[in-house]
Amino acid sequence: MQNASATWLLRLGDDALVLAQRLSEWCGHGPALEEDIALSNIALDLLGQSRAFLTLAGEREGKGRDEDTLAYFRTDREFSNLLLLELPNGHFGDTIMRQCLFDQFALLRYEALATQNVDLEVAAIASKALKEVKYHAAHSAQWVIRLGDGTEESHQRIQQSLDDLWAYTGEFFMDDEVSAAGAKMGLGRLNGDLQSTWSDRIQSIMEQATLRIPDTTWMHKGGRQGKHTEHLSYMLAEMQVLQRTYPGAQW
Amino acid sequence: MVNDRLSRIQKALDRVMDPELPFLSITELGMIRGCSIDDKGTVVIALTPTYSGCPATDAIQDDIKEALGPVDPNFRIKIVHSPAWTTDWINEATREKMRKHGIAPPAGASADKAFLLGKERNIACPRCGGVETKLISPFGSTACKAHFQCTTCLEPFDHFKCI
Repeated sequence: MQNASATWLLRLGDDALVLAQRLSEWCGHGPALEEDIALSNIALDLLGQSRAFLTLAGEREGKGRDEDTLAYFRTDREFSNLLLLELPNGHFGDTIMRQCLFDQFALLRYEALATQNVDLEVAAIASKALKEVKYHAAHSAQWVIRLGDGTEESHQRIQQSLDDLWAYTGEFFMDDEVSAAGAKMGLGRLNGDLQSTWSDRIQSIMEQATLRIPDTTWMHKGGRQGKHTEHLSYMLAEMQVLQRTYPGAQW
Repeated sequence: MVNDRLSRIQKALDRVMDPELPFLSITELGMIRGCSIDDKGTVVIALTPTYSGCPATDAIQDDIKEALGPVDPNFRIKIVHSPAWTTDWINEATREKMRKHGIAPPAGASADKAFLLGKERNIACPRCGGVETKLISPFGSTACKAHFQCTTCLEPFDHFKCI
């Protein structure tokens, strides 16, 4: 597999970038000031992580693409993020459920990357990201529990969020030639290897939240191969419009 | 000679303040991870960001350039991610400065994960010293701070997160 490392890093960068962009849409619209600030802070951490991964992916690819070129001048079909992360924010419960499902996965992924010693540049970015994601994960899990084990209304609504989003979680754990090549190089682990720990942790959070995990086994897929929901194109249109209209514009 | 040059650089860096905590220098916050001279005679300043997405990192690089320009223009800034920045690098004198400016400093060492386990130790109010305080939000006005309120004097305050 040619340049598996660059493709593999691009996935990490795209996951963080797309979720950062979605979360930033909450800025000024949070249900309470504290939560508005929290979501913006999380978005900022993710944006920083994506900058580091995209920069490194560009260097490894060796075609002279920097973080901005990768973020602003690729089409939807060239983005490799997980489908879950590009979905519209919905209501606060939808956003925080998405965050909880992904944070628990990101934790495991960064733990594996931070402790490998095959690629120290990746390990360095991952150990920093890990500290940040631990905070995010504690926050999102606490909200899922609070809403699930809250009022009848909040319980019903966050259960619906879980039901709606569950079929997007299978994609976390799918492997292909890129992730297999990454694992073979010693860069982290196969996605599938992370599934049982993730399931245990999610099970425990949902039990505390008195929520029922859906029985669905059918799962959406395609993000890693650039086959996205229609939502990504609209999101990118907004995110990229300035650089597409005035290429190279500086702040 | 070399030491003189590096110590001049160091003194200039000590005057570069964090844009979001303007009473603290970037050296006090532990963001400068070393200065050395490479084989071409260029001073290399190793800078580590506090948080991956901290927007102050770009402003800090501009401030370093401005501060060092007149002292020694032959330098470059190298961003280092490893080891990841930790509040353990902030010494007691700096923590006291935070308190004086109304920010509760990081409590203890980052190795104790009390906060993450939901057992945040008591963060004393930097204004009245009261120990009965409550967490309002784990996220605050900047990436590095959490939002607290004192139940004695009722004042809200920032707590510099321990990571």
